[in-house]
Amino acid sequence: MVLENCEIETTVFERPDSLTGTTSHYCPGCTHGIANRLIAEVIDEMGMREKTIGVASVGCSVFIYNYLNMDFVQAPHGRAPAMATGIKRVLPDRMVFTYQGDGDLASIGMAEIVHAAARGENISVFFLNNTNYGMTGGQMAPTSMPGQKTTSSQTGRDVETQGFPIRVSEMFSKLDGASYIVRRSLHDPKHIRMAKKAIRMAFETQVRGLGFSMVELLSICPTNWGISPLNSIKWLEEKMIPYYPLGDYKIHPALAEIKL
Amino acid sequence: MSLELMKGNEAVAEAAVRAGVVSYFGYPITPQTELLEYMSHRMPELGRAFVQAESELGAINMVYGAACTGYRTMTSSSSPGVSLMLEGVSYIAGTELPMVIVNVMRGGPGLGNIAPAQSDYNQMVHGGGHGDYRCIVLAPCSVQESVDLTVLAFDLADKYRSIVVILTDGSIGQMMEACELPPMQPLKTTFADWAVQGCEGRERRFLTSINLDPAAQEEMNYRLLKRWIDVEANEIRCQEYYMEDAEYVVTGFGSSARIALSAVRIARAEGIKVGLIRPITLSPFPRQVYADLSDKIKGMLVVEMNAGQMLEDVLAANRYRTPTDFFARLGGVVPFPDEVLGEIHRMVETPISTDGHPRDRWLARVLAKG
Repeated sequence: MVLENCEIETTVFERPDSLTGTTSHYCPGCTHGIANRLIAEVIDEMGMREKTIGVASVGCSVFIYNYLNMDFVQAPHGRAPAMATGIKRVLPDRMVFTYQGDGDLASIGMAEIVHAAARGENISVFFLNNTNYGMTGGQMAPTSMPGQKTTSSQTGRDVETQGFPIRVSEMFSKLDGASYIVRRSLHDPKHIRMAKKAIRMAFETQVRGLGFSMVELLSICPTNWGISPLNSIKWLEEKMIPYYPLGDYKIHPALAEIKL
Repeated sequence: MSLELMKGNEAVAEAAVRAGVVSYFGYPITPQTELLEYMSHRMPELGRAFVQAESELGAINMVYGAACTGYRTMTSSSSPGVSLMLEGVSYIAGTELPMVIVNVMRGGPGLGNIAPAQSDYNQMVHGGGHGDYRCIVLAPCSVQESVDLTVLAFDLADKYRSIVVILTDGSIGQMMEACELPPMQPLKTTFADWAVQGCEGRERRFLTSINLDPAAQEEMNYRLLKRWIDVEANEIRCQEYYMEDAEYVVTGFGSSARIALSAVRIARAEGIKVGLIRPITLSPFPRQVYADLSDKIKGMLVVEMNAGQMLEDVLAANRYRTPTDFFARLGGVVPFPDEVLGEIHRMVETPISTDGHPRDRWLARVLAKG
């Protein structure tokens, strides 16, 4: 091979600085990795890596501090919004975000997240909703669908005895303190691109001092759902999206002018 | 020296402000609430952080986050509220962070009442949250001492990356006394190499209490223990009164010690050679003071506003050498000096029995009275 015949290589895809490169513990097919990467890409694009502090939660999200290359703390189960509040109030010029699953945010941590939103706490929250407790092996979550089989609702979630799922974004849209509340999904490239824009908007909300921002990300959990990644994506599209409609639930008027 | 007449809770708040606390997070609960109320106007006035949290659970985790930044932070509560905070306390201990928590104790268990009590001694001194950790516990007996120990608490917290508890009660928190406040300290501008503030110009840091590898967790537990040995070597504080020629000893902490001191003074005036030992650090406990009690001491009376929680530590430290009796009021009832004086008289008139446990003998006396 002679040199003249080689094309000059140009990098078209690389690891964002905000990712450490550590191999993740996420199961094959899991969308946590996509969410981690999107957050990293956005922080890189904003040039905020050195001014950002992440708050990890409990569940599959717990080890995000191994994957994101920035200062991080790790909260007790459900308390990430409270920890983020403490950090943000002391260091208001840093960008502070939490990364929480549905069990952490919508069950054990419901008080902390609702009040952080109600206070208009100037933090960003990335909420992975995969309708079950992934880390402990697929138990029923507050977001599990009616009839959904989990290891703690083995014949399917019976709403008569186990109650109904919580639609978090819809609920938070009623809070005056919340400025940016949207639901996106990670099931295909188009929706992933939309999710990334939403993550950017959430951080922009915070940087502008507009108050609480949250992006709910519908996610798949093939391991605990017990179906293949491809069928999981199908299940998300066919079952989850009708129950958890994608969309903008609350947008602060000042955000309208931002074009991404 | 300028003295100010201040309520205990407010004096602690102002002392914390002057010690350079940058953030306060709390939740209203009697008999602690004045501390939160004071902070609600004082902190914003100085451009510092104040949040009335949604619960004690929220408050302690806000403190947890704030402590990660390396800046001085605190919370305050009373017994049931502190119970709710213990999850966060364990995590803060597990992350080796400095923080100050004020517990203005009230009667319990459960919702109990809002009267002064000392029934959270075990909870604060011997654990509370899960896992193997210790807190430094300071027990003031006056408003002035509350002020002084608040300043000390922040210094000790930073020095040992430790949780420091100011263990007071409804009586000291609510009473007004003249006190001298400390000078206003400048806020911290240099931070330890673990503080999480954003990784500008340095390697990233993360703070967590997870150690999935048991060997790594064991190493962390050893590290805490080694640090505790330093605390025990350097930070034990205990005040002795009239002990030079004492033949009898009364001992207690905080309010009960203060009440007992009144009784001791009356007894001294009557010619009884009685002294008082008052541990100021309940943890680390001044074990040596009790271990070294002279064989000439004929009897010791432990006075508490709980059912003998410090009593066990006194007995163990003393190795059950000195004949010991116990006296307490429970559930938020504050003993009168007369009651303690009566116990001193009894100790002097009838040699202390060494039959059974002091708590059992005390309870038998209480039940016999009906």
